[in-house]
Parts: sequence; C-alpha cells; structure tokens
Amino acid sequence: MPTTAPTAHALSDVTASDSSLRRFLHGLPGVDAVGLEARAAALGTRSIKTTAKAYAIDLAISMVDLTTLEGADTPGKVRALGAKAVHPDPTDRTTPATAAVCVYPDMVAVAKEAVAGSGVKVASVATAFPAGRAPLEVKLADVRAAVAAGADEIDMVIDRGAFLAGRYLKVYEEITAVKEACGTSARLKVIFETGELSTYDNIRRASWLGMLAGADFIKTSTGKVAVNATPANTLLMLEAVRDFRAATGVQVGVKPAGGIRTSKDAVKFLVLVNETAGEDWLDNHWFRFGASSLLNDLLMQRQKLATGRYSGPDYVTVD
Amino acid sequence: MTIEKRSSAFEYAPAPESRAIVDIAPSYGLFIDGEFIEAADGKVFKTLSPSTEEVLSEVAQAGEADVERAVKAARKAFETWSALPGSERAKYLFRIARIVQERSRELAVLETLDNGKPIRETRDADLPLVAAHFFYYAGWADKLEHAGFGPHPRPLGVAGQVIPWNFPLLMLAWKIAPALATGNTVVLKPAETTPLSALFFADICRQAGLPKGVVNILPGYGDAGAALVAHPGVDKVAFTGSTAVGKEIARTVAGTRKKLTLELGGKGANIVFDDAPLDQAVEGIVNGIFFNQGQVCCAGSRLLVQESVHDELLDALKRRLGTLRLGDPLDKNTDIGAINSAEQLARITALAERGEAEGAERWSPACDLPESGYWFAPTLFTNVTQAHTIAREEIFGPVLSVLTFRTPDEAVAKANNTPYGLSAGIWTEKGSRILAVANKLRAGVVWSNTFNKFDPTSPFGGYKESGFGREGGRHGLEAYLDV
Amino acid sequence: MSEQHNRLSVFKTYKLYVGGKFPRSESGRVYEVSDTKGNWLANAPLSSRKDARDAVVAARKAFGGWSGATAYNRGQVLYRVAEMLEGRREQFVREVADAEGLSKGKAAAVVDATIDRWVWYAGWTDKIAQVVGGANPVAGPYFNLSSPEPTGVVAVLAPQESSFLGLVSVVAPVIATGNTAVVVASERAPLPALSLGEVLATSDVPGGVVNVLSGRTAEIAAPLAAHQDVNAIDLAGADESLAKELEVAAADNLKRVLRPQPVDDWFATPGIDRMTAFLETKTVWHPTGALGASGSSY
Repeated sequence: MPTTAPTAHALSDVTASDSSLRRFLHGLPGVDAVGLEARAAALGTRSIKTTAKAYAIDLAISMVDLTTLEGADTPGKVRALGAKAVHPDPTDRTTPATAAVCVYPDMVAVAKEAVAGSGVKVASVATAFPAGRAPLEVKLADVRAAVAAGADEIDMVIDRGAFLAGRYLKVYEEITAVKEACGTSARLKVIFETGELSTYDNIRRASWLGMLAGADFIKTSTGKVAVNATPANTLLMLEAVRDFRAATGVQVGVKPAGGIRTSKDAVKFLVLVNETAGEDWLDNHWFRFGASSLLNDLLMQRQKLATGRYSGPDYVTVD
Repeated sequence: MTIEKRSSAFEYAPAPESRAIVDIAPSYGLFIDGEFIEAADGKVFKTLSPSTEEVLSEVAQAGEADVERAVKAARKAFETWSALPGSERAKYLFRIARIVQERSRELAVLETLDNGKPIRETRDADLPLVAAHFFYYAGWADKLEHAGFGPHPRPLGVAGQVIPWNFPLLMLAWKIAPALATGNTVVLKPAETTPLSALFFADICRQAGLPKGVVNILPGYGDAGAALVAHPGVDKVAFTGSTAVGKEIARTVAGTRKKLTLELGGKGANIVFDDAPLDQAVEGIVNGIFFNQGQVCCAGSRLLVQESVHDELLDALKRRLGTLRLGDPLDKNTDIGAINSAEQLARITALAERGEAEGAERWSPACDLPESGYWFAPTLFTNVTQAHTIAREEIFGPVLSVLTFRTPDEAVAKANNTPYGLSAGIWTEKGSRILAVANKLRAGVVWSNTFNKFDPTSPFGGYKESGFGREGGRHGLEAYLDV
Repeated sequence: MSEQHNRLSVFKTYKLYVGGKFPRSESGRVYEVSDTKGNWLANAPLSSRKDARDAVVAARKAFGGWSGATAYNRGQVLYRVAEMLEGRREQFVREVADAEGLSKGKAAAVVDATIDRWVWYAGWTDKIAQVVGGANPVAGPYFNLSSPEPTGVVAVLAPQESSFLGLVSVVAPVIATGNTAVVVASERAPLPALSLGEVLATSDVPGGVVNVLSGRTAEIAAPLAAHQDVNAIDLAGADESLAKELEVAAADNLKRVLRPQPVDDWFATPGIDRMTAFLETKTVWHPTGALGASGSSY
C-alpha cells in the first residue's frame, strides 16, 4: 500500500505561497453540479443482491466509525458504544467489528479502554470541533491531548472562514501543523464541512488542499450542519483521491459522515467507491462511514439476510 | 473478525428484473380498426430476443392489402375523431398516458426483451419519456388555437408513420401523441425486429377506449412501409430511420399533397475543450455513444477533443469504459445490452474493421461477450481524422471515433464537416464559448455540458441530411396541422 | 428655334445579378422579352447551369456574413431596399405595366404594395425568433432554448405571373431570416427582377445575398434542385410536372422544399409561413444548478 509522503510528491511546489496554491486549486477541472449529481444518482440505481449484498453489509459494518459527539456524553455512554463497536451484534459473533469509535478528546481514554485488544480504533474529533473557531495553539493543544490519551485517529476541521476568504495557505499550514501534532501514531482525517463550502468546485479544491497538506483521510462533514455527506459530494471526493493517487502515488482515504442512516444508503456509497476510486479503497483502512444510527440498520439487514425474516429494532441494541 | 477480501472485491451478483411481469402471446395479428387480425396473405414473421436469439413471438406481416385496409379504417375514423372536441381527444390521450405509467414495468421488460437494450434504460429513460410525451400532447389537444398556427388549425387527415427499432415505444409515442392530439388518425408501422411494444400499445388503446380505427398498427418489413408511404389515402408521412430510406420517401411523396417530416441519421460531434468539467465530460461522452449501444441517431459518435487535454481525457475515458457492465439486458446492473439484430451487428463489425484497415487505433476494455445473441464490445478509435470512414459514416453502434482539434474554429469546422446535422455536444466551463460555438454548429440539438437529454417539451430534429421537421414541443404540432 | 428631332433613347442592357456584380450569362446567350402584346422590350440573359453554379457559390460565400449579422442590421438593410425602391418607383411602374399588361394605375398599385411588402419583412427580422422560438420547460435542471436559424442557401423560383410583387413576396422572407438566395426570375417577365438586382446593389445588401438569374426556369432550376450545396428550394414558379421533377431531385440532399401553392391574391398580407419554411430550429440545452437538495447546487 502506498504510504503518505506529503512533502516528497510531485506537487510540493504548488504549496509555496497563497498565490501558487490559488493558481493550482483554481486550475483543477471545474465540476458541473448537474452532471455530478446525475452520475451519483445513476450509480445509486445499482441493484446489489444476495451474496454481493451480504458482502457489502459486512464491509459497511467494518467501515463504521461509530460516533457519539454530544455534550451529554458520559463515560458510561462511551463504554457502551465501545462494547457495541467490538461486538455489534451480541447474538451473532460472526458480525464484524466496526472500524473505530469516534468521540471527543476528553473521552478518548475511556474509549481506548472500552475497545482495548479488539483492533477497533479510537478516533477523536479535535481542533475545536465542530466550528474550528479557536486559535491555532488551542487547536493543536486539543490534538495533542487526544493523541496523548491514545487516539489512533484525529478528525480535524478546516478553517472554512479562511478557505472561503481565499486564504488557502492558512488552511494548508493549519493542516500541516495538526498533522505534525498527530505524529506517527495517529492518522489524520480532514473534515471540510462540505455543507458550508457551498460549491462543488470548492469541495474539489478543498480535497486537493487537504491531500497536499498530508491528510490521511478526507472527510465530508461534522454531522453538525444541515447538509452532511451526500452521494454527490462523496463521489466528488472519491474522484479527488483517485486523481491524487494517479498524480502523486499517494493513496488517501475518504470518510462521508452524517446523514447516512440506512443500509441501502451505505451500499450506494460502496458502489460509488467501487466504481470511482476502485477496489483498492474497499477496505476500512481507506473508507469509513461516520455514523451512529446506520449500524443498527446494517445489523437488521444482516439478520434479515441470515434468517430470511425482516428484523425489528427490538432485536438490535440501542447503545 | 476481518473481512475476507474477494479477488474482485465487490462483484455484483446478478440482479435480473422479473420476466414474469410480461405475458407475451405466441402470436400477434395486425391491429386494424380496433381488431387484431391476420395479414390478408396470411404471412407471419418471427421476432427474436437479440440477447439470446430466442423466438419471442410470431407476428402477422402486413402487406399491401393490409395497408389498404388500415388506411381505409383510419380514413373512416378520421371523420369522427377530427370532429371530436379537443377536450375529449385530450382525455383519451391522458388515459393512454396513465395506462402507460401503470404498465410501465411490464412494457420496460417487454421492450428490453424485444430490443436488447438494458432494463436500466427502458425503465429509467424510454418508458418515463413515453408517458411524458402522451401527457404533454394530451394537454395540447384543446389548446391548438393558441399554438401560434392561426386561429383554426386543422388536422391533415391520415398520418402514415414508420418508426425504427432503436426506441420502439418512444418513437411510437413521438409519432402518435402529436398526431392524435391534433385530430389526425394513424397507421403506424413498427420495425420488423421490434414489433411487440407497438402491439402492446394497441392493447392500451383498447383499454383506453380509443375509438376504432384511430390507431392502426401494421407490423411488417420495408415493403409495408413503402406501401404505406405511397398510399394515396395518406395525407401525412412521418418517418424516423436511415437517411437512405428517408431520401427514398422524399422522392415517393414528391409532387403529392403529403406533408413530410423526416428524422434521420447523424454523426454528432461531442466537443471537449481543455477547460471542460472533465469527470462530467467523461460521463457525457460515455452516455453520448454507449447509451442504447450507440444505436441512437443523435449519438455523439465523434469525440472532438482539444489536443492539450487529449491524453488526460483518454486515460479517464478508458478507465471509465473499464467499469461498463455488458451482458444480460434484464440485469438491472447492465450498462451495455445486445445489438438489435444480426444485420446491425454485421454492419457495426464491418465498419469497425474498416476503421482498423484505414489505420485508426482500436481499443476496447476487457469484456466477455455472451455466447448467444448479438454483442459488440464498447470500442474506441483513436488517431482518427475526418477522412476516415468511421468519422463520416453513421455506425449506429457502440463505436466512438476520437479526433483532435487545436482551436475553437477548428472544432466548429470539423463538427460541421458532415452532411448530417442532428446533434452536437460542447464541454467547457466558459459560458461565452458555449454560446459562440453553439451558435456556429449546424445541428438541431446542441447539448452543452450534458448529452442525450430528451424531453417532450423540447423540439428535436435535424439540419441538412439529418432530415426536416421537429418532433416535440409546440414545434412538433406543426407537422400534423394544416398551417 | 432649331429643328427638333425625337431624341433616340438609351436602351438598357439587362444583366444578371450574381455575387454583387452584373455579369452576362457565361453562355453568352440572350432571349427576347416581350410585353403581353408581343412587342419586344429587351433582351435578357439566358442563364446556363454554370450561371446557376456561380450563383450558388456566391450565395454560399455570403451566407456566413448575412446569417451572422444582427437581426436589427438585416432589418435596416431591408428597409434601405424599400427606400431605394421608392426612389425608382416610376421605373418599376413602367416595367411592371409592360411585364404584366397592366394600366399605369394598376401597375402603380402593384409597385406600392411591393415596396410596402419590403417594409413589412424588414420589420420581421428581429421579431420572428421571438414568435417561433422560446424557452422549453423541460422536466429537469436544464435551461433549454429553441431558436430559429436560417437554413442556408435557398433556390427561389419566382412566380411566373406576378413579376414584381410575387417576386418580392417570395424573396424577402427568405433573406429577412438570414438565408441567402439564388432567384430564378419569371421566365416570361424577368425585367423587374433584373432591375431589382440594381436596387439591391445600391441598398447595402451584401453581394451574394440575393442573386438573380433570368432564362428558362426549367433549365436553371434543374441544376439548382440537384445541387448538393443548396439547402432549400421554393418551387413557386414551377408548374406541376416541373415541381415534381425538382422535388425528386431535391431529395438527394434532403433540401427543404416549399411546394408551389396557389396564390389568388399577392396583395393579401402574407403569414409567416414563407419565413418558417426556410428556418431550422436549434435547441440548446445547458445544466442549471442542481435542484438543490444536496446543499451544493452550484
């Protein structure tokens, strides 16, 4: 698997200044919104049945970053979440574990303990999530604290204000600083909050900016705004990681987050991955779902496939 | 628990649409004056499923005597049909539109079986457009005096309509909906390889209670079409098909009172500038030439790509072609279905071989073709120039010829350098370039930053040897009115 | 006073009008043109198929500029033709009276109506697109606009009887919409048409937009109907059997054909049919933003 080597790639000169970044990002091919959405919708009509569906559901479960990001989070809640991540379906031990649990930095230690020994990763949002409106030093302290508590993955937010104001170098430098704070132990997911970037052209530019700055993953959203992951914005980001690898040899992961609630939706996203970035990304090292309620729907579908009966919410756990 | 990676990670299992929804009878008659009847000379022909070569049904084959009967029936029906208030005619058409919607899954499966095109297309494109077309023209039936063709536009009489096999039911809708809305009656001949959906449509007319003789369906071959077009009782001829036959029809109706509209061949240029939205352009190119296996008169069969972006675009295009799924047209995941007939396959094959012989570079993605049925892999030709046969002749198959240009002027000159003039595509993010180029293209439909879009409100038809007259929209009424 | 004698008048040599110039027929042939009583009026060029070919070349050459001109500009140019005609009114009254055997008064009425017809069509140039084009409300996120465009080079067989009003009634609609024309004048009465060429030459109409040929209609029309670089043909001046023959020939490149239609009264206000007969409809699609459910609809 290609490894991340952000400073060595062929595009390092474009990050020299605000203006060189701007020239590069604005030189990327434009995105036609209607065409993009039509393609995403067309892929959404793929019909995934029987063995393919069983495979897709297990794959999707294994890609879930099981998330709780609430002011009311407690150690108890996080422990329950951890248990669920490790054994999503207590009645069926063949069910794969989720990829990670995703929590706020102060819950990392609890989460770490809850999933210890399972292989399930602990991801932490950081950098003054979700708004990101804090001084850089505060953001970096946030990251360092999470990493110190044992976070395997850091989900940062970009400075959307700077991005929309055209201060690409500021966004770039913040990401590189966070990447440095992650050290070698934590993988970095960069959240663009696509719903706030407003245009597909911006999402493509942000994707490249994030990847140039060393993102291990690019992620759609925080789940805290009106519009989160959509098939179209995820398709666009999948195109970006595909093209970035073709240009630099560096593979970057993609994480749609927020708004994906049903198995049917999740399978559609996997189809997008399969037909856009390709099978190299069909692995939880390279693709994740940021979600909470999705998991139970996946489990019910899994039970349905196993038994032939439709399941119900009483047969999956509410944690 | 880890997920075991498959060799090909995510192979979609077959997802066939159920065939049980459609009940094809072992034999069908001609539909004349509200009855299914045998051909006068008792002739029949078989219609096959092009994806399996299975015989689907045996269909009565219309001859000259049947044309005579059908025109007579239509002529008789014209008296009362044209005298109906427009609002009543409208309601018949609304009924038809609704029944088409109700039966759309059945008709989609039927069309896929008889034509070979993917169910994804019949389900998502053909059938919705068929229903929409009847809905659209239904609404016109009682508003004709407001259509801009004078205060009292009158119908012409009996319309003789001959349609092709590439969109059997949609072309029927394009022909019959405006004809009936304007008060004409119809004798329609579907193509010999795809007669079934028209015969099912006859049943829909029966369900809708359409008066006898208003719509008559004559399955048959070219001789029946020629007899229909030449019949002195026909007042209006509408034809969609090849340019060669279109010219023959134009000669036949010369010197008569018959009004003529022709929708013929094309060699559409899809022009990609270096500032195009590339991912969407790739989709547009794929849709432009592989929709319905390229058996589309307005297909974007010539890709004109700016040299500066040629390699990048071709890489992306080839990668995308690698994801196309060819096979069972009833599988909901199939992108590329069967070629409609052995004859058409032979023509495509011959032209592709000609392309190779003339020195163009041929490429297809790895692609297993089923053993029975008529199949042709998606094919690209690069290093093509305007002088190559494959850049000039309509192939009517999944074969794309790639040419390059350096400047917008050169792109326009090459795009227009054809006797055809049906469609063209433009891909660029620069608005003024779209408008300037669209203005200079001699083509009836120009898709900018999109391709192969159709709508009942949007007039469709060609310049030059792509034919004349427009179908769809307010413009489409003119062909059926005495203006 | 000195002895008076009748001044010998200066005859006019009638010539073709092709590409903005006034050539003789390349064949060197002429034919006699008489009035309705059989009195010789003048010799007119007897055009050959090569003259027809040259006229098509001229018309094709002029098409880009004329069809590309603004509709307002075409309207101004056509109006200028009316102004020039008004100035030559007496000449045309005389020619029409001779050509059609009309009294001076009736010929004057014909000429007035003809000039008024130019004015009528001059006003149409920038309105026809609004009348026959427009936005189509397609069921999807697309802007969709249909606009009329000129079909190209149109061969016009002018009516045989109405040598001036009929002529202008078939030529003006063709060029008002941006086509260019190769006009075959009335065979028996070509002089008003040839004089019209002189008016056009002095009216800002670019050379080649209208080309006027005189001679045997059947002889000139045959190569025009078969010509692969002619886009349309108006058969107004063809009789039934010639019209059929020409329509068959026109099928070779699928020319738009306007069949001869009985015209009882050239004075009647024409509809727009003679314009729409030689217009193509071009429909251009473009995506609008998406419908907006996604949050990124731009």
